[in-house]
Amino acid sequence: MAKEYITTRQIAGPLIIVEHVEKATYNEIVDIKAPDGSLRRGQILEVNGDRALIQVFEGTSGLNLGETKVRFEGRGIEIGVSPSILGRIFDGSGRPIDGAPQIIPEKRLDINGNPINPYARDYPAEFIQTGISSIDGLNTLVRGQKLPIFSGSGLPHAELAAQIARQAKVLGAEEKFAVVFAAMGITFEEANYFIQNFRESGALERSVIFLNLGGDPVIERIATPRFGLTVAEYLAFELGMHVLAILTDMTNYCEALREISAARKEVPGRRGYPGYMYTDLATIYERAGRIKGKTGSITQIPILTMPEDDKTHPIPDLTGYITEGQIFLSRTLFQQGLYPPIDVLPSLSRLKDKGIGKGKTREDHSDVLNQLFAAYARGRESRELVTVLGESALTKTDLIFVRFADEFENRFVRQGIEENRTIEQTLDVGWELLSMIPVEELKRIRPQFIDKYLSKYIKKGTVQNAS
Amino acid sequence: MKEKSGLIVKVSGPLVVAENIPGAKMYEMVYVGTKRLFGEIIEVKKNLSSIQVYEDTSGIGPGEPVYSTGTALSVELGPGLIGSIYDGIQRPLDVLMAKYGDFVVRGLFEPPLDRTKNWLFNPIVNKGDFLKGGDFIAEVDETPLVKHKIIVPSGMEGTILMIASQGEYKVEDVIAKIETKNGIQDLTLFHKWPVRIPRPVKRRVPPDELLVTGQRVIDSFFPIAKGGTACVPGPFGSGKTVVQHQLSKWANADIIIFVGCGERGNEMTDVLMEFPELKDPRTGRPLMERTVLIANTSNMPVAAREASVFTGITIAEYYRDMGYSVALMADSTSRWAEAMREMSGRLEEMPGEEGYPAYLASRISSFYERAGKVVLMGREKKEASLSVIGAVSPPGGDLSDPVVQGTLRTVRVFWSLDDSLAYARHFPAIYWLKSYSLYLDSLAEFYKEKMGKDWVDLRVKAMSILRKESELQEMVRLVGIDTLSPNDRVVLETARSIREDFLQQNAFMAEDTFTSLKKQYRMMKLIGLFDRRAHDSLNKGVELDNIISLPVRVEISRAKLIPNDELERFDKIEEDINKSFVNLLEEVKNG
Repeated sequence: MAKEYITTRQIAGPLIIVEHVEKATYNEIVDIKAPDGSLRRGQILEVNGDRALIQVFEGTSGLNLGETKVRFEGRGIEIGVSPSILGRIFDGSGRPIDGAPQIIPEKRLDINGNPINPYARDYPAEFIQTGISSIDGLNTLVRGQKLPIFSGSGLPHAELAAQIARQAKVLGAEEKFAVVFAAMGITFEEANYFIQNFRESGALERSVIFLNLGGDPVIERIATPRFGLTVAEYLAFELGMHVLAILTDMTNYCEALREISAARKEVPGRRGYPGYMYTDLATIYERAGRIKGKTGSITQIPILTMPEDDKTHPIPDLTGYITEGQIFLSRTLFQQGLYPPIDVLPSLSRLKDKGIGKGKTREDHSDVLNQLFAAYARGRESRELVTVLGESALTKTDLIFVRFADEFENRFVRQGIEENRTIEQTLDVGWELLSMIPVEELKRIRPQFIDKYLSKYIKKGTVQNAS
Repeated sequence: MKEKSGLIVKVSGPLVVAENIPGAKMYEMVYVGTKRLFGEIIEVKKNLSSIQVYEDTSGIGPGEPVYSTGTALSVELGPGLIGSIYDGIQRPLDVLMAKYGDFVVRGLFEPPLDRTKNWLFNPIVNKGDFLKGGDFIAEVDETPLVKHKIIVPSGMEGTILMIASQGEYKVEDVIAKIETKNGIQDLTLFHKWPVRIPRPVKRRVPPDELLVTGQRVIDSFFPIAKGGTACVPGPFGSGKTVVQHQLSKWANADIIIFVGCGERGNEMTDVLMEFPELKDPRTGRPLMERTVLIANTSNMPVAAREASVFTGITIAEYYRDMGYSVALMADSTSRWAEAMREMSGRLEEMPGEEGYPAYLASRISSFYERAGKVVLMGREKKEASLSVIGAVSPPGGDLSDPVVQGTLRTVRVFWSLDDSLAYARHFPAIYWLKSYSLYLDSLAEFYKEKMGKDWVDLRVKAMSILRKESELQEMVRLVGIDTLSPNDRVVLETARSIREDFLQQNAFMAEDTFTSLKKQYRMMKLIGLFDRRAHDSLNKGVELDNIISLPVRVEISRAKLIPNDELERFDKIEEDINKSFVNLLEEVKNG
């Protein structure tokens, strides 16, 4: 029987300090019994001699000096897993809240996991068709990638993530898949939207859900994504499933991190976030990927709301440095009534190059993608000039690019929330749009593809007129 | 033998404080706790030593022992480095995976160099020869690309008493004995060197040879010399890593050391899967046969990240000492600086700018100063070079970041990546008006010889057109394009052509990924020729629209797809340009 300590000496914010402790170790989990009898959990942040600094997940309200009982468990935070974990709903600390009994664990796993050996990784190269043109065509998602959605408050990131979860599939393959959903500090409605969506698409029984809602303990959010990803690793690398992990909202996670850092009186980094936030976020995001010789994979879609839509804010900034690209939602496009409001220019998928092309999507994909980006960028730039100077200030060619940019937004980016386009359809829309542009301006496309694909869309005479 | 040990009193993340370690020295290696985690002493205060631990400290607590080793953090140097992948403290990741599985677990140790492998040994000195530190005593075939020289350790000098005959030996075998003033010393195929101490050289000399990278914007506009230093700062998504990968693929260095410091795991995988497949353009051998990888990804322990750049540069210096030209890529030095910041914070040091320690800039410059073109130790005069290219990831792309500023003060080439270029998929997104290279003058002779006498003029002209373009665009933004003179319009068109047909280069297109110096010269000449003839014809009365719509411009834009060994095809395009303008002029004459 482990000793219970009643030697709590200090309570400040989410932290307590316990003295005269024997054999406490770093990161160890503790059970705390409040004076009213309620049980809480905590984790050791620092041990200094016989003093242990503990963060309390459920908060410290109601704790006092003298009556609070602290017991050290001698292990890190763990979660019990077994194949029957699929279809279950847990709270942010891994306790079931769906009314069903505790699962009987096959094994217990430490939620901090271990880093994947870089040598053991397999490069993600399998194209995932999400049915959304601006992702499939221009910012292609591949299996094992971590691709966050950079959103803002009020933007439809939940709809987009749910649509991806619903439609995502690997072409020509029927494989075991699962969804892990970890919610940190989001509203009940938003969480409910996801769960309803999983239920309707029949994915619920293949999902594992961890919910820490807005009203739940803030510090618990530090653990929630780690519970989710530990289960994801189990499903992917031990049961051979393809796991899609949705983590929302990372902004709330980072704020919890800041709260602890402030309570510890650490030297703050930018905007008060701790200097180690990059490393901390990396221990979450890097738990995506594939491993050589294993069938399963973890594809991660974290969602974060950028404060004031500012991508240089530390949260999106550090995230972008770790993840393999980002899907960027734009308030301007949203206000124009465009769904999905993906701004393709700052969006990026770093792994697309190995996932597209002949045998994966289509031979012309890479060229079309580069050309669409370049043309849209030029069109947008010219469109800004038009608003300042009027159309007369532009050359004929530039005006064509302005028209192209408008059409691109309306026909390529815009699509229905239930609309599921194949990659062929996406590329064909791309070619149709490119046919608006004089052929000598299509510098990013190799001549053989122009001959093969563009001819379908060129109306007779336009080529001659343009050149 | 009982190990000397002290006791842990405090654990705070990667920082452990221990008391009463006997004879604790700064930067001494220690083993922490019963799990024997790697650590390094970074502060000594009375009987307390602060230790940065290279592995996760979960489950470690006060009262556990800390064992001292008496030696500083060192790397093993010897045959078998090439083609390996190590973590930040030189643990072989491939061996760890084979023995312990797909995840990196704590407290594991495997020797960095394979103890069982046989190496073919060729002595090049004789018994009785007098040798000094830095002299070569033998060659080992490490890979078909690399002859590994066995070097007399610096500081040692004496007469060879024994040298092993040609044959196969393992790294721990004694292959020579040298009689020195301090007695007889045994030499094995490998030795150890502390990572924080630069390997000595006779002297440094100014770099004067181009490090050819095959990247047009770099070789032609912002070159780096062999033995030079460069930095690539840029916001995320601007293509730092692709630039680094391109350089490690195509740079004409003999040895490439790639340090993935606090970056993505999949990027290392990319290198690991691609390099064995890619062929060195000069030798036709797989690129992996000249590469050493150090991978300490962002989720691996932060203290080992701090060590990883030193591990990398020490290995780089070792190959430099064999007379090779070595290039080291560090991606990204910001993560290294952040690791320093984290340790400094936990030591409760007084923070400088942005929470970074006050010694940030001096650490950065002492790292880059290990680069250079040098005269090696040893009796013969031998030259070699070590070039260092560091990526920097400033928060929000803000160049006032202390790491960027500290780096810019020491490096001589600055490739400024720009995210608006990246959004328009202009890659490499090196912004020409902000970047600079201080090697242009010292390389002028080299350029004249390798590219053509008129090259320097061509480049100066191109740069001035690009500069003019940005002025003209300001004007267009204010008053519209109609107000520009036809000659200015041609400047805009030429500038666009330089940007799109020359500076832009697709790393993922086989025809475009590497451009030889000769081809760069021919491409630039085409654009220059068109520009000259365009201005000339305008002055003779040709209409601007007729020039802009010349079909030969498509040929210029496709010139980048011409293979490096079919440069005669440029003659035809030049001819076509000349013909097109002759025709235009005739039309004017005939009314």
